[in-house]
Amino acid sequence: MSNKANHEAYWRANIKLVFICLAVWFLVSFGFGILLVEQLNTIKIAGFKLGFWFAQQGSIYTFLIIIFYYVKQMNKLDKKYKVND
Amino acid sequence: MDLKNLTFLFVGLSFVVYIAIAIKAKANTTGEFYIAGGGVHPVFNGMATAADWMSAASFISMAGLIAFLGYDASVYLMGWTGGYVLLATLLAPYLRKYGKFTVPEFIGERYYSRTARIVAVLCLILISFTYIAGQMRGVGIVFSRFLEVDINTGLFIGMGVVFIYAVLGGMKGITYTQVAQYCVLIFAYTVPAVFISLQLTGNPIPQLGFGSTLVGESTYMLDKLDQVVIDLGFTAYTESSQSTINLFFLTMALMAGTAGLPHVIVRFFTVPKVSDARKSAGYALLFIALLYTAAPAVGAMARFNLINTINGDDATGVEYTNIPSWFKNWENSGLLAWYDHNGDGKIQYANGNPLADKKPLFAAERGQYGERIVTNPGPGEAVNGAPFANELYVDRDIMVLANPEIAGLPNWVIALIAAGAIAAALSTAAGLLLVISSSISHDLLKGTFAPNISEKQELMYGRIAITVAIVIAGYLGANPPGWVAETVAMAFGLAAASLFPVILLGIFSKRVNRKGAIAGMLSGLIFTLCYIIYFKGVFIEPMAANIEENWLFGITPQAIGGLGMIINFIVALSVSYLSEEPPLHVQEMVARLRIPIEVE
Repeated sequence: MSNKANHEAYWRANIKLVFICLAVWFLVSFGFGILLVEQLNTIKIAGFKLGFWFAQQGSIYTFLIIIFYYVKQMNKLDKKYKVND
Repeated sequence: MDLKNLTFLFVGLSFVVYIAIAIKAKANTTGEFYIAGGGVHPVFNGMATAADWMSAASFISMAGLIAFLGYDASVYLMGWTGGYVLLATLLAPYLRKYGKFTVPEFIGERYYSRTARIVAVLCLILISFTYIAGQMRGVGIVFSRFLEVDINTGLFIGMGVVFIYAVLGGMKGITYTQVAQYCVLIFAYTVPAVFISLQLTGNPIPQLGFGSTLVGESTYMLDKLDQVVIDLGFTAYTESSQSTINLFFLTMALMAGTAGLPHVIVRFFTVPKVSDARKSAGYALLFIALLYTAAPAVGAMARFNLINTINGDDATGVEYTNIPSWFKNWENSGLLAWYDHNGDGKIQYANGNPLADKKPLFAAERGQYGERIVTNPGPGEAVNGAPFANELYVDRDIMVLANPEIAGLPNWVIALIAAGAIAAALSTAAGLLLVISSSISHDLLKGTFAPNISEKQELMYGRIAITVAIVIAGYLGANPPGWVAETVAMAFGLAAASLFPVILLGIFSKRVNRKGAIAGMLSGLIFTLCYIIYFKGVFIEPMAANIEENWLFGITPQAIGGLGMIINFIVALSVSYLSEEPPLHVQEMVARLRIPIEVE
C-alpha cells in the first residue's frame, strides 16, 4: 500500500472512532441528561433519580471513560498504520 | 490561632511556594516562554490544565449555582467537562502536531491569511479579558472576607504574585505553579466536602453521600431536600424549571466554548508528542472530575444546611440575635442581607426576592438587633404557597466560602478554602494573561507588524505585554462587570461562536478556505456579541428587557453562543464552497496535521 493510501485509511479509521466516541458523548449528556431526563427520573437508584444522576454525575464519569477508550484505540491505530510517534 | 491569622498563614505559605517555583523555572527562550519548551509530562500537563481551567467560577461560584438552581445547574457540570471530549478527539492532538506557539498562528497559517490571524487575535483578546474579569472579582471576594483587607488591596497583592511568576517564568513558570495550585485547590475543595458529607449522611465520599440517607433517618437526603424546597415555594431541587431548548443550547455553548478557549488549547502545545496530547486531555478531565463530581454534592448539602440553619429546627425562622457569627460576617461584606418583613425579629428563608432590586442597599446605622438596615426592601409577600415571605438575600458566590462555616467546621478548614479559592483564581488568571501576551508579542508584533525583531526582543515584548495585561485585569477586577459565573459564561459563548468552528474545520476539512474562515469567525462573533449587548448592555444601556418573551427561540444571552457557533459553521462552509479551493500547500499541510509522525 502506498504511503498516501495508508494515511487515508488511517484517517478514515480515526473518523469512525471519533464518531463512535461522540455518539456516546451526545447520548449521555444531551440525551440522558437533558432530553430524556424526565423519563429517566421515574427510575430511582438509591437516593438518585436516574436522569438527575446522569446530569450531575454519570455524564462526567462517561466522558472520562470515552477519552481513555479513545486514547487506547488511537494508540492501537497508530501502531497498525505505523504512524506512532 | 484565630481564623484571620490562620488564613494569612495558609495563603502566605502558598504564595511562597508559587514564587519559589517561578524562580526555579525561569524562561530563557521564546519556546520556553510560550509553550514551556514543549517538554511537559502529560500527567503534569493534565494537572496544570485542570488548574488553568478550574477558575474562581468553578471553585467559588459553581457549587453556589448548583445549590440555588438544583438540576438546572447540571448544564455547567456537563458543559464544562464534556468539552474535554471534543478537545481530546477533535482538536488537541492535531494542534500539537502543528507544533507552533499560538492559536491565532495556527489559524493564520491554515487559512493563509494575516487578516484571519488578526481576527483570531481579536477574538482571543475579547474572550480572555471577559474571562479574566471574573477571576479578579473572585480574588477580591476572598481577600475582603477572610483577610479583612480592602478589595483593591487584595487585588493588588494577587496581581503582584501573578506578576512575579508569569513575567519571569512565562509558560514554564506558570505550568509548574499551576501543578502546585491544583494540589492546593483540590485538597481545599475536598476536605470540607468530606467533612460535611460525613456530618449529614455518614458517608465520607461526597459523590455517594448526597445519594444516601440522612444520619439517623430513613429518608434520602435529596428527597428531603426536594420536599423542603417545595414547601418553601421553590421548584423541586432535582427537577428542571427552564426550557429544554435553552438547557440544550447552553450546554452546547459551554462544551464548544471549553474546547475553543485559547488558554486551554495552548496547554496541549506543551507536551512532547501527539499521543501525549490525547493522553493529557484524559488526565486533565480526570483531575477536573475530582472537583466537578464533588461540586453537586457540595451544592446540595450547602442548600440543605443553609435552609436548616436559617429557618431552624421548627422551620419558622431563627432570631437574628441567635444566628451564628458567620451570618454577621458575610452581612458586613454586603453579600448577605436580612430585612424583617413580618417584624418578628426572626430570619426566614423562602422563595421570592426580599428586595425591590437585585442587590441590597444599606443605611449607615444599625437596626434594633444590630443588623444592617436594608433601605430597598420588596413588598414582602409570600410566593408559591410558601408559609412566609423571604427575608434573606444571599449572593450565590459565597456558598462555597461560607459552607464550612455554616456546617460549623474547624477554622483551619475555612482557612484552607480561602487558599484554595485564591489558587484557583490566580492559576486561571496567569494562563489567560499568557495567551494574551503571546498573541500580542508573537502574533501581532513578530508575526505581523514587526517581523524583524530578534528572539530576545520578542521575549522582552512578551514580558511587557503581560505586565500591561496584568494592569488592565486589575482594573477590571476593581470595577467588575457582573457576578463571576455569569461573566465567565459569556466568554464561553464567544469562544464557541468564534474560534471553535474554524479550528475544527481547519483540521477536518481541506476545502474550507480563507474567505469562509474570516466570514465564519466574524459572523459568529458579531451575532453573539450583539445578542449579549442587546440584552445585557455591556457599555451601553440594554436595548430590551432580559426576559423570556424577548429572547430568540427562548434562548438566554448566556446560551446564545451555541446558536452563534451553528451560524459560524454554516457561513464558513457555504462561503468556502461558493469560492475557490485553498492552495495546494495548505491542503498538504492539513494532510500532515492528521498524521502523528513527520512525513515528506
